[in-house]
Amino acid sequence: MNRRGVVAVARRDLSVAMGSKAVVLPAVIVPVVLLVLLPGLAGIAASFIDAASIGDLEVLLDALPASAVAGMSPDPALLAAELVVVYLLAPMVLLVPVMFAAVIAADGMAGETERGTLEGLLLTPLTDREIVTAKLLAAWVPATVVGLVGGGLYAVVANLTVGTQVGRLVLPTAEFSVMVLWAGPTFAAASLAAVSLVSVRVKTTQEAFQLGGVVVLPVIALLVSQATGALLLSVWLLVVAGVVALGIAAGLLAVGARSLSRTRMGERLG
Amino acid sequence: MNGDTEVAAQAAIELIAVARHFGEVTALQDLTMTVSPGEVVALLGHNGAGKTTTVRLVAGLLAPDEGTVRVRGLDPAVDGPAVRRRLGVLPAAPVVDDRLTGAANLRFAADVFQVPTEGLNARITRALETYDLAERGNERVAGYSTGMRQRLALARVLLPDPEILLLDEPTSALDPVAARQVRRSLTALARERDRTIVLCTHDLAEAEQLADRVIVLEHGRVVADGSPAALAARHGVGGIRLEVAIDHLGVARRHLGALAAGEVETEPGGRLRATGVAREMVPHLVRRLSDDGVAVYELRRLEPTLEDVYLAIHDRERPPSPTPSRGTPSRATSSPNVGSISGPDVGGQR
Repeated sequence: MNRRGVVAVARRDLSVAMGSKAVVLPAVIVPVVLLVLLPGLAGIAASFIDAASIGDLEVLLDALPASAVAGMSPDPALLAAELVVVYLLAPMVLLVPVMFAAVIAADGMAGETERGTLEGLLLTPLTDREIVTAKLLAAWVPATVVGLVGGGLYAVVANLTVGTQVGRLVLPTAEFSVMVLWAGPTFAAASLAAVSLVSVRVKTTQEAFQLGGVVVLPVIALLVSQATGALLLSVWLLVVAGVVALGIAAGLLAVGARSLSRTRMGERLG
Repeated sequence: MNGDTEVAAQAAIELIAVARHFGEVTALQDLTMTVSPGEVVALLGHNGAGKTTTVRLVAGLLAPDEGTVRVRGLDPAVDGPAVRRRLGVLPAAPVVDDRLTGAANLRFAADVFQVPTEGLNARITRALETYDLAERGNERVAGYSTGMRQRLALARVLLPDPEILLLDEPTSALDPVAARQVRRSLTALARERDRTIVLCTHDLAEAEQLADRVIVLEHGRVVADGSPAALAARHGVGGIRLEVAIDHLGVARRHLGALAAGEVETEPGGRLRATGVAREMVPHLVRRLSDDGVAVYELRRLEPTLEDVYLAIHDRERPPSPTPSRGTPSRATSSPNVGSISGPDVGGQR
């Protein structure tokens, strides 16, 4: 494998993406809002929550295993705050790498077409597989890093705002760790595989991002399921979901291999 | 025969009976052409004649529907990376990345083509200097002029020192001084370093100056193939300049008009200039003028340019619409000295 070439393409893509406001703004603002501000507000809000509002969280409380609930604060306001940061908002750490991967992957082939650099890329000695690998790396590595850093920040903020009040570390739990270390990266892989296939079929990054935006819907569905108590994101469920996401990524790339072939892309040149 | 000898004996580029369609549109049909190592070939043809498709087939960006494409014996559709490592392709639109600096564009090319890292910075600096970009090498390409982009694209293509160059209009966006510099650089690459160059161009003077051989494409097939001189001789589209006594202009014009396939123009000072006069027609003209007692002061044969050749071929392949108001017969129908070129006209190669 032409590793130097693959790294060069990935580095160039990342450098180009980081020079774009359309990429950088969501990459910075979304994690800050979802993973820093929201858990911070949840901790501050605990001081203002009255006992009656815990009723809204009863469905989630009922879905939790008794062992998990046993360790929680008996104070209703702190219990509510802990439930919010540990169960309601924590799945946001899945959303961030998925969105980030989608944004960069959308810029992948569509961005090359838009900037008129696709032909130059196809004229390099890189194999089709090396080009696809470079494109995937350029999206997956930063998405995973952002997910890991975001998860770490989220845990720090949750502990500073809620943990200090309950007198112990509320995060990381086993579920949270699996979310950050396994589910986030694998979901990001599925997301970028899907958006890459969209990106190769459209002519502008904007179009790719609009069409590829649907990849966040399954994650939002998981978030809502957990919030309503319909489906608790347990360790095993997250492990299985990660495996399924990897399968989806591999399947999409296998199915889309023809679209990602050089001669197919060559036909799309003007 | 060892491997090196085999490679040396192989054609640099070979297309045999290649056809390529895009839906209902036929871009290439039964295209056969060969480019030898170290040869400079100009690929001529109007827009849509199939030049870009040919380049993309050679580079493995497209696969042929029919026929065979080989680059140094390798099939670009199968051995794409090995083929592209030997090729330096400059597409019609410069493929430089606007969001990177000039130097970063060159480094990117160096990395993907695996140019040795030792001395790479110096090599990049030299390339920037050669193409007059050193002062702005660390600026983003987005701020470059069209000519600067073209020069950078060329520097990027040449940086890995490819064995075969496929250049689509390399000087089209350049000012005369930069264009001359590029032509000199290409000449040096061909003559001193034995590089193979295929030049797609509309600049016929450039093709005439640089190319050992010219291939003319029409409707996706080769309609003429030979050295500029051989094609000119074969298509006989040279001209005549004749200076006669003012009183004899009318008679001279009548004789010249009868023999010339092209137009006869009157120039100041009793001179006539006719195009489309084959060499073998000159003795007939002299005899007729002499028989009529025309006082001839000067008769000079004008050698055909590549432009004359190309236009003659083009007109025969695509006869122009008749323009009765000017009363000028088209060359396609009136030429007595040029044979049909409806089949590939091949010969006169170096």
